[in-house]
Amino acid sequence: MLCLGIEGTAHTLGIGIIDSSGKILANVMRAYTPARGGIHPREAARHHVKVAGETLHQALQSAGITPEEIDLVAFSQGPGLGPVLRTAATMARALSVWLNVPIVGVNHCIAHIEIGRLVTRARDPVTLYVSGGNTQVIAFDAGRYRVFGETLDIPIGNCLDVFAREAGLAHPGGPRIEKLAKKGKRYVPLPYVVKGMDLSFSGLLTEAVRMLRQGVNLADLAFSLQETAFAALVEVTERALAHTEKREVMLTGGVAANSRLRQMLKSMAREHHAKFVVPPRELCGDNGAMIAWTGLLMYKSGHRQKLQATQVLQRWRTDEVDVKWRKS
Amino acid sequence: MEKILKRGAEAVLILAEWSRALYSGVKKQVVLKERVPKRYRLPAIDEQLRRSRTLLEAKLLLDAKRAGVPTPLVFEIDKESARLVLEYVRGPQLKHVLKKAKGSMVRKLGRKIGQLVARLHRTGIVHGDLTTSNIILRKDGEICFVDFGLGEYDKSVEARAVDLHLFRRAVQSVHFEIFDQLYSAFLEGYREEFGAEADQIIKRADEIQKRGRYVKREERTWH
Repeated sequence: MLCLGIEGTAHTLGIGIIDSSGKILANVMRAYTPARGGIHPREAARHHVKVAGETLHQALQSAGITPEEIDLVAFSQGPGLGPVLRTAATMARALSVWLNVPIVGVNHCIAHIEIGRLVTRARDPVTLYVSGGNTQVIAFDAGRYRVFGETLDIPIGNCLDVFAREAGLAHPGGPRIEKLAKKGKRYVPLPYVVKGMDLSFSGLLTEAVRMLRQGVNLADLAFSLQETAFAALVEVTERALAHTEKREVMLTGGVAANSRLRQMLKSMAREHHAKFVVPPRELCGDNGAMIAWTGLLMYKSGHRQKLQATQVLQRWRTDEVDVKWRKS
Repeated sequence: MEKILKRGAEAVLILAEWSRALYSGVKKQVVLKERVPKRYRLPAIDEQLRRSRTLLEAKLLLDAKRAGVPTPLVFEIDKESARLVLEYVRGPQLKHVLKKAKGSMVRKLGRKIGQLVARLHRTGIVHGDLTTSNIILRKDGEICFVDFGLGEYDKSVEARAVDLHLFRRAVQSVHFEIFDQLYSAFLEGYREEFGAEADQIIKRADEIQKRGRYVKREERTWH
């Protein structure tokens, strides 16, 4: 069985093709880069519409298949930016009708976990999912992916991006901050906010920007910002790990590319005798393969969806999905 | 002679004999609560966090006691090494008591605990980890609350409701056969002590249960 997955929640339009054994036949991505400032939902959607045809063509070509060979179409139904979600959904519906194959709407956050489990062979990890749009600590319990901790305001990726922008650094901000942070030497105290199991980064961002304007060294600030934010992320993950007594920790999402964050999580996991895994980079960021794979898992566990029930869900939560394809 | 009582994500609890007892020559059994250094974070952050949290916990324990909620005595606060020397509270944990308790005993306990939690809340404190392991039935019959490691000064309806929700979940998951009796008595005691405002908090606790999460959905951002 072949599933084609369409990812469209934010910057990236991704199309992936995967078979029932978990072999990724294609995983093509096209990212929208704003000329300046942050992501504009409408502009991102326009970009995706423009490149949709060629991205689809490229995916089919690299998989070496014809459209008729596709048995199932999956798409990111949420959460994400409305206009972008609708673009991906429209594309998926059109394909489903044209090819006369079933359609499955996938939760974007859960797709990150499922593709991670597939490629890292982690069985039942505590997952730290960090990106420009999401920051969650997730673990499976009693039929659902439970959110053990999450950000109360802005996601960590957004915090880093906005800071980079304020500092006049070009897009993408995260990698540039990481590079600068390596040159930072002095730790500047910044607000560290962990509330129970939840996190908050908006105060941290405000304070870092304020110090930047006061003339504090940029490298030192980048270093301090990373150290403070990542320590909070790792602490919440650690609490979830201790609470659930699981044996694996997985890091995924766009910010998973950061080597300092990896190092800190690895160190924490080691102290708890847990295994630490990170999927390869192209499967950490938003991609179509993860949507295709999760769609396939859902379909095989009996999930059926009518075309009328494919409206996008901008605020679809991770813990609202009944995970029928997992027993434990 | 030292014995590890509990190893949490953040701190280790050690049962020890305290050489610096109140009277010279008298050795006293105490609990040492040590917040262990985390190697993954920068030493500057690590030290600051462990110290401030140690101070906060000591303050919560003292303020709770002042408000009339039994808590362990704080004998010593060692800010430098982020360590508290606490009274060793003797007696069974609530979870063990509940295994044998029935009828009027269950209702009496529930009501008393509800009153104490209300008193804590009125003082502006939320416990943050109200499980049946963190409530101890002292020899003298008093109900003692331990481990304020996740406690906070917070007067919001949401924070208080989370406390009720945590208690409900803790009882429901392990002691389901007496849950109804215990929890209704708990709410009764809570209402008695808190007054009319309690209803709002109890209602919110029910909402939290339905949400399956602690934070109000509308307050969250996904993007």
